[in-house]
Amino acid sequence: MSAQQPASAYFLDDTKKVTETHTLAVVVDNEPGVLARVIGLFSGRGYNIDSLTVSETEHNAHVSRITIVTTGTPDVIVQIRHQLERMVPVHSVADLTVQGNAISRELAMVKVAGKGDKRVEALRLADAFRARVIDATTESFVFELTGKTDKIEQFIALMLPLGLVEVARTGVAAISRGPEGMKI
Amino acid sequence: MAGSSGETMTGAEIVLKALADQGVEHVFGYPGGAVLPIYDEIFQQEKVKHILVRHEQGATHAAEGYARSTGKPGVVLVTSGPGATNAVTGLTDALMDSIPLVCLTGQVPTHLIGNDAFQECDTVGITRPCTKHNYLVKDVNDLARILHEAFYVATTGRPGPVVVDIPKDVQFAKGKYIGPTNIQHKTYRPRVKPDQNAVKAAVELIARAKRPILYTGGGVINSGPTAANLLREFAYMTGIPLTSTLMGLGAYPASGKNWLGMLGMHGTYEANMAMHDCDVMINIGARFDDRITGRIDAFSPGSRKIHVDIDPSSINKTVRVDIPIVGDCAHALEDMIRLWKAQQFHLDKAAMKDWWAKIDKWRSRDSLRYRQRKDVIMPQYAIERLYALTRDKDVYITTEVGQHQMWAAQFFKFNEPNRWMTSGGLGTMGYGLPATIGVQLAHPDSLVIDIAGDASVLMTMQEISTAVQYRLPVKIFILNNQYMGMVRQWQQLLHGNRLSESYMDSLPDFVKLAEAYGAVGMRAEKPAELDAAIKEMIAVKRPVIFDCRVAALANCFPMIPSGKAHNEMLLGEDVPDSEIEAAIGEDGKVLV
Repeated sequence: MSAQQPASAYFLDDTKKVTETHTLAVVVDNEPGVLARVIGLFSGRGYNIDSLTVSETEHNAHVSRITIVTTGTPDVIVQIRHQLERMVPVHSVADLTVQGNAISRELAMVKVAGKGDKRVEALRLADAFRARVIDATTESFVFELTGKTDKIEQFIALMLPLGLVEVARTGVAAISRGPEGMKI
Repeated sequence: MAGSSGETMTGAEIVLKALADQGVEHVFGYPGGAVLPIYDEIFQQEKVKHILVRHEQGATHAAEGYARSTGKPGVVLVTSGPGATNAVTGLTDALMDSIPLVCLTGQVPTHLIGNDAFQECDTVGITRPCTKHNYLVKDVNDLARILHEAFYVATTGRPGPVVVDIPKDVQFAKGKYIGPTNIQHKTYRPRVKPDQNAVKAAVELIARAKRPILYTGGGVINSGPTAANLLREFAYMTGIPLTSTLMGLGAYPASGKNWLGMLGMHGTYEANMAMHDCDVMINIGARFDDRITGRIDAFSPGSRKIHVDIDPSSINKTVRVDIPIVGDCAHALEDMIRLWKAQQFHLDKAAMKDWWAKIDKWRSRDSLRYRQRKDVIMPQYAIERLYALTRDKDVYITTEVGQHQMWAAQFFKFNEPNRWMTSGGLGTMGYGLPATIGVQLAHPDSLVIDIAGDASVLMTMQEISTAVQYRLPVKIFILNNQYMGMVRQWQQLLHGNRLSESYMDSLPDFVKLAEAYGAVGMRAEKPAELDAAIKEMIAVKRPVIFDCRVAALANCFPMIPSGKAHNEMLLGEDVPDSEIEAAIGEDGKVLV
């Protein structure tokens, strides 16, 4: 500790109130109730869940990966990580936002109905966003779109006046760049 | 119940075999439809003794008392549905106070789960947030592993309750038994050995301190007797003043020269002032609970803080610390002592002399002082006499929750760990009486006393019947003021003395009640008759309910009002009620 540091940790910074959005990757045993356990932690302790995805990633080891996007002050985010880490079926937790440079994607299926100019415009925009048409009728499309959350948000916003019917989204999946894997 | 590892047996047999292999001697439980196969197995063996309680909550508290007084896990066995839901209070209590429990619950047969069957409830769903971990056993071949894992999880790292929910068909089905030595949990390996760099930084910081304080908690007790001995060694060799939370009483002896008394909302003036004014705070196995810190942003503002905790999520949860040390208290203390000796560290003698002089000045305020009365027993006096008359005995104390609990913590002096069983985190009224049952079973020749309140004790009063059945000579020492004393005190402080529903009208005649249960009833009403009555209570080798009539309107002081800091304590005697009321601001009123 340097001599300049104030006498108490209280006076270290005033940034406590600023909230940040972090993406956490949580590797868990795929046992019954594990997702309820994780979600229950968030609701029970008043943490936010912006997005949550889960799937078994290693079938032989029965290991699942949960990707959680959460918002909170830096202190709360550290607390969330510790609370997750101490759960019995949790193997490891990585804060991909802190590690930096992680890739995150989500997939959306967007149903748009309409005729005439609106229909043409929807198709043109879909093309610009590199969305694929995965279902079509004479009066509707279902687009499939993959990308970062803000890209999907933007696409949905554009479809709204063009006859947006409904949206299905997977939530965010995220992974770190480079050769290193997450410890299990 | 024959059988060894690898042998095939029924699920119920596996349960009893696993309990025996885990060294379990007592199970606290209550039978019902969904656990009958296990009860049938209990009937046919002698290794594990079952204690029949009168309500499942009683079973959980008895198991907690057993666990806390022995350091071993407490075991509970209840049926499905209401059996499991009745256990929830005790499970939550054990989670908050880090008590190792293994609770086996019966469940409806697997093919009926989800059908709203008779006495079905979603036990794992209900107990998920109130256990450290829980399991639903769907295959009998997983049962032995899960049971051994449950004991491992309950007792390793930060201890806590674990529920194993066993459907009735799994209890009947035949499967393979595996012994405890063949089990290793897939992932759960909590860190017990601290980071040496953190320990080094901590010791160096302590060596430079001018006004250090040790603030210790239940973690030292949970870590075991070694931790308490190391704590004493460290305190004596450094001369650092020491205070403890409610849960940590006894880890350092109350007769020790470093002892400042308990800290927190009803802690001593010297302990709280020393916490506020210290320059280095060494937290060992405590968690900066709100009852301890008072107003967070005014909590010990000038100190650097060291925090030893086995649970990383306790670090920086409410109070930011300078040096976190994740690990077991005994390991951390051992490393600290070794380093301290190796580096030949010593504290600045002049500074420590000044610090102790300051503390002695605070101590001279005599914050636990109360006004003695001749006509009526003061509750504080009752506990002082109880302590004086039992101090040469092998005594264990449990409490309920409220004023009597705080007075017990203030006036009963504990010199050894594991002698004090109380509900700290959850604050469960009704904890103390059933807890005595677990304690007395573990220590059959000791004197086990529940310092109780008249309101709390009625919540689990029926367990006196359990004590009678098993001839457990527990002493239920009720400080009877006919009020929910702490509720009344807060109403007086916060709500204009409008005593809404806090008066216990038509309390039972506790003497007759004791007799109705087959226990011994006693009563003391005047200070002059108290000593003789307490001596008689101790001499009786049967369960006793002692109705100690105390001053009705006594309040528990000193007190840090809600939302206030350590140096804003109220010292009882000299403060008029109006000032007490004014002491709590609008912000403080919403706090609990």
